Amino acid sequence: MKIMPCPLNGPRNISEFTCFGEVAEMPDPDSLSDNDWADFIWLSNNTAGVVREWWCHSATNYWFIAERNTVTDEILKTYPASEVFKARRDFPVRKEPGS
Amino acid sequence: MPLGLLKYALSPRYPAKPDLRPTPDLKPSYDVVIIGGGGHACATAYYLAKVWGIRNVCILEKGYIGGGNTARNTAVIRSNYITPDSVRFYKEAVDLYGTMSSDLGYNTLFSQRGQLTLAHTDATVRTFTLRAEVGKLVGTGIEMIDPQQIRELVPCVNIDNLRLPVLAGLWHPDGGTCRHDAVAWGYAARATELGVEFHQRTEVTGLEVEQGRIASVETTRGTVRGGHVIQAVAGMSSVIAKMAGITLPIRSYPLQAMVTQPVKPFLDPLISSSALHCYVSQTARGELVIGGGSDPYELYSTRSTLELKESLIAHALELFPFLAEVRLLRQWAGITDMTPDYSPIMGESPVRNYWLDAGWGTWGFKATPVSGKYMAETIAQEKAPAMIEPFRLDRFRSFALVNEMGATAASH
Repeated sequence: MKIMPCPLNGPRNISEFTCFGEVAEMPDPDSLSDNDWADFIWLSNNTAGVVREWWCHSATNYWFIAERNTVTDEILKTYPASEVFKARRDFPVRKEPGS
Repeated sequence: MPLGLLKYALSPRYPAKPDLRPTPDLKPSYDVVIIGGGGHACATAYYLAKVWGIRNVCILEKGYIGGGNTARNTAVIRSNYITPDSVRFYKEAVDLYGTMSSDLGYNTLFSQRGQLTLAHTDATVRTFTLRAEVGKLVGTGIEMIDPQQIRELVPCVNIDNLRLPVLAGLWHPDGGTCRHDAVAWGYAARATELGVEFHQRTEVTGLEVEQGRIASVETTRGTVRGGHVIQAVAGMSSVIAKMAGITLPIRSYPLQAMVTQPVKPFLDPLISSSALHCYVSQTARGELVIGGGSDPYELYSTRSTLELKESLIAHALELFPFLAEVRLLRQWAGITDMTPDYSPIMGESPVRNYWLDAGWGTWGFKATPVSGKYMAETIAQEKAPAMIEPFRLDRFRSFALVNEMGATAASH
C-alpha cells in the first residue's frame, strides 16, 4: 500500500485520501471573459513532473497540500495549507440579481 | 504437415516478407506528419493514403508500432452509448471492425460475441432504458433484458447472491473484441504498401510554432516540416499539445487490467457491471481479461497497485465465485487521457495546421477505424466532417459537452 504522510495524522494508507487537483489561484469571475472562465473551469496543466496539489484525508476531513511527482509516483513533501495561505481570506457577499 | 513445414522453413520464401520496411532516413518535409504510431495513427495514415491519395505521410513513433495504449487496452468494441452523436460514431466503428479483416487482408480476429452490462440499481435501469432507446433510434443492436434472460444468456454468472442484486441487463449483440495488435499492424502494413513512412524509435522533442502554424517538428533523429501535423498520442496528449502551446481539458490516470491463466471456454459474451466497477471477458485462448475503472489520482506511471488489483478481483469473484482458485497470468496498466465529459477531442486546434486526435480516455481502442477515417477526412478537407464535429475542442468554451460518463465509466 502506498503511504501518504499526512501533516495532521502522520503516515496513512493513500486510499484514505482524495486528491482535489492542482493548487491554483481562482481568477475574479467579474473581470474575466467568458472564454477565460471556461478555460479556468475545464483546462488542466496535466503536468508530467512535479505538481502541487490539494489533498484531503477523508476520515478527518483535513485538507493539506502535497507535492508529488506524477511520472515516478513519489510524494515529495506534504504541509498544512497555512504555510501557503497565511491570512484569512473573506469573499465579498454577492448580491444576486432580483434579490 | 511436418514435412511441409520443414520445406517452408528451408525455402527462400521464409522468413516471410516483413510488414514494415526498415526505418528510412527522415526526409526534410512531408505533406502530413503524424505524431504517434498507435492504432489511431496507423488508421489515419491508411485512410489518408487509400481514400484521399495523400501518400507523402510519415509516422513518428517514440517506441514501436502499436506498443503504447493500443497494446494496453482490453480490446472491447461496442456502441451502446447514451448520446446520439456518440452512438452514431461508435456504431460506424463497430461496422468498420466487421469488415476490417477483409478490407485490410489481415486477420484481426474480430469476434462479435455481444456485450452484457448489468444494472444493480433503479437509477441504472433508467439510464439503460434510455441507452437502449437511443441505440434503437440510431440503429444499433441493443435491448433491455430481465434477470431470467440473463440467466439463459450467461448461465454461469452469479446474479442472485450479490451485495447488490441484478435488476436488469443491457444486452448489446453488436459488441465484441478483436486482436488489438493486429489492428495497428494491419493498418500499418497496408499504409506502408501505399507509401507511408514509419519512423519507429523517433521521439518528438519539440514543435516550432510560427505565426499560428507549426513550422517544424523536432525529433531525436532530426527536424521535419509538415504541411499538416496531427497528434495521436494517447497517454501523452497534454505533453505533446503543450509543445504546440495548447493546454487541453485532459487529466491522465492509469487504468489497470489483468488476465488469468487460460481455462476452458465458458463465457461467451463480455460482461460488465458499473456498480461493481469491473468487466470480464474470455479470450479465444481461454484467458479471462479483467478490467475496471481508472486509478484514483493522476499519474503518468503504468505501475500496478495491489489495492486496485484486490478490489477488481473481489468484484470479478462476486460475478464468478468459482474463479477463486484461478491464478493471474499478467497485469498491466495503460494511461487514460480523461476528458470532463468522457468524449474524445478531435479536429481543429488553436494552431492552424495542427490537428488533435486526443482525449481518448478509456474509449480509444474501439474507435480506432472510425477515428482514422474521419481524421484523414479532416486533414484532406481541412475541416472536421459533421460526424466528429460534436467532439471539437471548442465545445468546452460553448459548454456543449457530449456527456458519456455514465455509459463509459468502468463498463468498457
